[in-house]
Amino acid sequence: MKQQLEAIQKQALDKLAQISEIRELEDLKVAYLGKKGKLTQILKGMGALSAEERPVIGQMANEVRNTLEESIANTRTRLVREERNKRLKNEVIDVTLPGKIRPIGKKHPLTLVLDEIKEIFLGMGYEIAEGPEIELDYNNFEALNIPKNHPARDTQDTFYISENVVLRTHTSPVQIRHMQNNKPPIRIICPGRVYRSDAVDATHSPVFHQVEGLVVDKGVTMGDLVGTLQAFAKSVFGKDTRVRLRPHHFPFTEPSAEVDVSCWGCGGTGCRICKGEGWVEILGAGMVHPNVLRECNIDPDIYSGFAFGMGVERITMGKFGIDDMRLLFENDIRFLRQF
Amino acid sequence: MKVPVKWLSDYVKINVPIREYTEAMTLSGSKVEGVEDMGKDIEKVVVGKIVSMEKHPDADKLRICKVDTGSEVLQIVTGAPNVKEGDYIPLALVGAKLPGGEIKPTKLRGVESYGMMCSIDELSLTKDYLPDAPDYGVYVFNGTPELGMDVKEALDLDKVVEFEITSNRPDCLSIIGLARETVATLGETFKIPEVKVKEEAGGDINDLITIEIKNPELCYRYAARVVEDVKIEPSPAWMQRRLAAAGMRPINNIVDITNYVMLEYGQPMHAFDLDQVQGKKIIVRTPYEGETIRTLDGQDRNLDSDMLLICDANRPIGVAGVMGGENSEITDKTKTILLESATFNGSSIRKTGKKMGLRSEASIRFEKGLDIENAIPALNRCAELIELLGAGKIVKGIADCNCKPYEKRIFIFEPERINSFLGTEIETAEMVRIFKSLEFEVDEKKMTLIPPSFRNDIVELADLCEEIARFYGYNKIKPSLLSGKESMQGRKTYKQSMEDVIRNAMIGCGLNEAYTLSFASPKVFDTLNLAKDHYLRNAVVISNPLGEDFSLMRTTTLPDMLKSLSTNYNRNNPEAALFELSYVYIPIEGEELADERETLTIGLYGGTSDFYELKGIMEELLEAMGIKEYEFRPEKEETCFHPGRTAKFFVRSKNKEMVYGGILGEVHPEVAENYECPDRTYVAVADVGVLIDASTTEKQYRQLPKFPAITRDLAVVVDAELYVSQMLDTIKQKGGEYLEEVNIFDVYKGAQVPDGMKSVAFSLSFRALDKTLKDEDVNIAMEKILKRLEKEFGAQRR
Repeated sequence: MKQQLEAIQKQALDKLAQISEIRELEDLKVAYLGKKGKLTQILKGMGALSAEERPVIGQMANEVRNTLEESIANTRTRLVREERNKRLKNEVIDVTLPGKIRPIGKKHPLTLVLDEIKEIFLGMGYEIAEGPEIELDYNNFEALNIPKNHPARDTQDTFYISENVVLRTHTSPVQIRHMQNNKPPIRIICPGRVYRSDAVDATHSPVFHQVEGLVVDKGVTMGDLVGTLQAFAKSVFGKDTRVRLRPHHFPFTEPSAEVDVSCWGCGGTGCRICKGEGWVEILGAGMVHPNVLRECNIDPDIYSGFAFGMGVERITMGKFGIDDMRLLFENDIRFLRQF
Repeated sequence: MKVPVKWLSDYVKINVPIREYTEAMTLSGSKVEGVEDMGKDIEKVVVGKIVSMEKHPDADKLRICKVDTGSEVLQIVTGAPNVKEGDYIPLALVGAKLPGGEIKPTKLRGVESYGMMCSIDELSLTKDYLPDAPDYGVYVFNGTPELGMDVKEALDLDKVVEFEITSNRPDCLSIIGLARETVATLGETFKIPEVKVKEEAGGDINDLITIEIKNPELCYRYAARVVEDVKIEPSPAWMQRRLAAAGMRPINNIVDITNYVMLEYGQPMHAFDLDQVQGKKIIVRTPYEGETIRTLDGQDRNLDSDMLLICDANRPIGVAGVMGGENSEITDKTKTILLESATFNGSSIRKTGKKMGLRSEASIRFEKGLDIENAIPALNRCAELIELLGAGKIVKGIADCNCKPYEKRIFIFEPERINSFLGTEIETAEMVRIFKSLEFEVDEKKMTLIPPSFRNDIVELADLCEEIARFYGYNKIKPSLLSGKESMQGRKTYKQSMEDVIRNAMIGCGLNEAYTLSFASPKVFDTLNLAKDHYLRNAVVISNPLGEDFSLMRTTTLPDMLKSLSTNYNRNNPEAALFELSYVYIPIEGEELADERETLTIGLYGGTSDFYELKGIMEELLEAMGIKEYEFRPEKEETCFHPGRTAKFFVRSKNKEMVYGGILGEVHPEVAENYECPDRTYVAVADVGVLIDASTTEKQYRQLPKFPAITRDLAVVVDAELYVSQMLDTIKQKGGEYLEEVNIFDVYKGAQVPDGMKSVAFSLSFRALDKTLKDEDVNIAMEKILKRLEKEFGAQRR
């Protein structure tokens, strides 16, 4: 019996060494250690042994079982590893090929700039006000201190729907609507589409976008306007940006200013972007004209305020170096994907 | 306003370099648009005199000249046919720089030439500036300028500064006005030279003309002088050059003088032939019923009842401030003229000019409202120049009808209010200095301010603040940030946040954002195949559009999306995926303003795009907006879409109704062709207002399941025309309490499925929240479902 056990162990270990698939291993395990396995069969014959032999053979049989079990486990580990290695080898890919995914879309550059502007003013406590694009002449002009037949109407080539209705030429009518429906303190920006009768070319579009701002409160000063514009300009164009105000005239503000920022292309020394001037005009601003406040039932002796307005296309083109405004409205995917 | 610097220098000395000057003026509010330096490209060109001239031995068209430059005599070969011995000409010396290049010694057909005689073209000058120049050939000086003199000096070449004048400062549409601003900016002093009129004709104007203003609300002042023995001839070269430099074409001495005074004083003048003025009367009035006038340009004009006319005793002889009448025009035969210097109601002039389509340098000034006190000085300056040029003799006196005598306006001078408005700490003395430099009368005891008569724009405190700020320096104002004000919360409205959600969902789905203009052509409705009575054809019409293609406010964004897709397709971009968030404009019956509806438009072609991708995008969007209940219904009627590949979708609104949310599908091939889009083009249009109304940002956590699910598959064969969504609805209804989810994993037509039928395979998942389900629980549900599908749809299990 002892020889039998030894023979079984040897036989099994030899077979194990040759096994190359998990399935064979399972078969082998059943063949030797299963209910009807060879080792089990031998142990069943133990009853015929003498009392002296039985513990000796029993111990030996256990040892053989342990050896086989351990060996099977080791072989399993070996096989699993081997198989995995084989798979990994077969699965080699060319990692230098381009990645594939449906790329996420891109927001339009005008949206990017609008979002940035909104973000800055939301952070300074402004709300975003909106209003219609087809507007009453009253809101677009008259309430803004531009009566009918005022010469200032020449500077804004207006699309008319009827005598009393226009396509808004700026988002200022939103300010009027807001002031007529809200009491100071007021802090709003008014982004939106505006219309002027300019033919489409590299620098003009009959439809474009503006962001205007309005602050009305007790004791608002022109210094507050300057500070606000500086904070805005540094935020959009970089912290070293300088701001320059030039006196100008708008009917709805007094004093009024056109506002330049130091050129983001050259920092003020003169380049292609600023046409050698060192400055780029980006917005118009001023202290809200007392007539405008009066028209909105706000007493200019108690309240004062400032307003400003900028063209989003112009800032977008400057920021991204876009040289033709038509690109913004053509929607060529090769253009849009660049932002 | 173009200002020749030499003309300006008659009134104020500019002692700084031109660049410094223009910068300073820009920063004090007179924006400089540009500087034209007429001689900037000309160097080493001098006055020369042709002392001898002989034919070139080897060329018929060339001549060999000896030209005296004062210091030497040079041999010059010229081809110019118009010069002769004794002519004074501009001579470019060897080494001279001209816009065309540098002059070098050269040989022409074997004869050496040491310079070039110049035409005005070669000097970059125009006939407007030098009207006596020949059309072809070398310029020949009038008179005998000093030999060797730089031509820039000899031709009086000047720098011309162009200012942008804003509508509130008509006083600055003049040399004197800008001289005043220059004085205040540079800190110089300024005085208008005294104007002296000799009145050599004697007599008395009152015997020749009387003036009556019938509409004092439209004409504030009308002043006139009479000139006798008028001699019409060209004005002198210096005046012509100044006018040309300022952008006005010289005509004759009288017209030129009136224009000169208009440019210098800002007061337009008009000259009538007094012999044509009937009844020795000027009457300023509105027209009689049916009255017409033929203006200087030969056109007969119908007149509105509120237009202002200049009339004689019997008839109109001019449209006030806009254009004179043909019947009183100055001609070569004119002997006596009436010079008009008047002040009119600005908006009336503007309206009339606009209606007649006439705008002139004069009407541009009138319509902004002129200084009533300027009429007489300008009239006198005009008379002085007539005398100076010998263009006529001035009759004694001025006829002046002044309906609105100037009244000084007194303001309280409150330095502390100015400072608190500006946020500055400017000394009172500094403010006094600024106001005085602007010719305000300042009473420092009574603390009052009186602006000069030409500053009609000064109305209240804010205007005074602006004057101080302009000359203190806008850029010296210390920046502050609303310090001490109540702080405010800035946040987006729900709508604005939802717009962000929409944009982010769209880019997450791989769509790129498009922007298009808001106009439409009336043709788009046919291009879109819309029915003749389609509601979208009713659009807001622009009365003065840029052209028919831009004449409507769009009622649909589809044409613009298709155009954008077409642009990409025609540029060989293999695929495109776009979205736009914008508005359409729907007229409202009986309302002035439109219903502006926010619209999301999606467009796809190429790549993986098909109907289901488009639908998937829409479902992602609805999910992102928190819209759980929606339904897609097949749509066959919209003629711009493929009748078999289009759906409308509906969302559950806040008041629980299913509301139309939008349409999506494949574009009808005919429409795709109309727009030159690919055959398979997909678009969706959603009403953003409706979606936002149905949306929510509220989220509620649901416990993760603790017990396992049982999954069953079910494949049935049904009529190929049947909409699967109907079966889904039924399955959901009949699936019992444990049915958790149903998915369609296969729809198949072809082998093993009879013709006209299709096989649909569902995967159903069942789960209980409180126990592990047994097969029996699920079997019952599956049986119910199958029976129902058999009964309702004739489904057969596969």
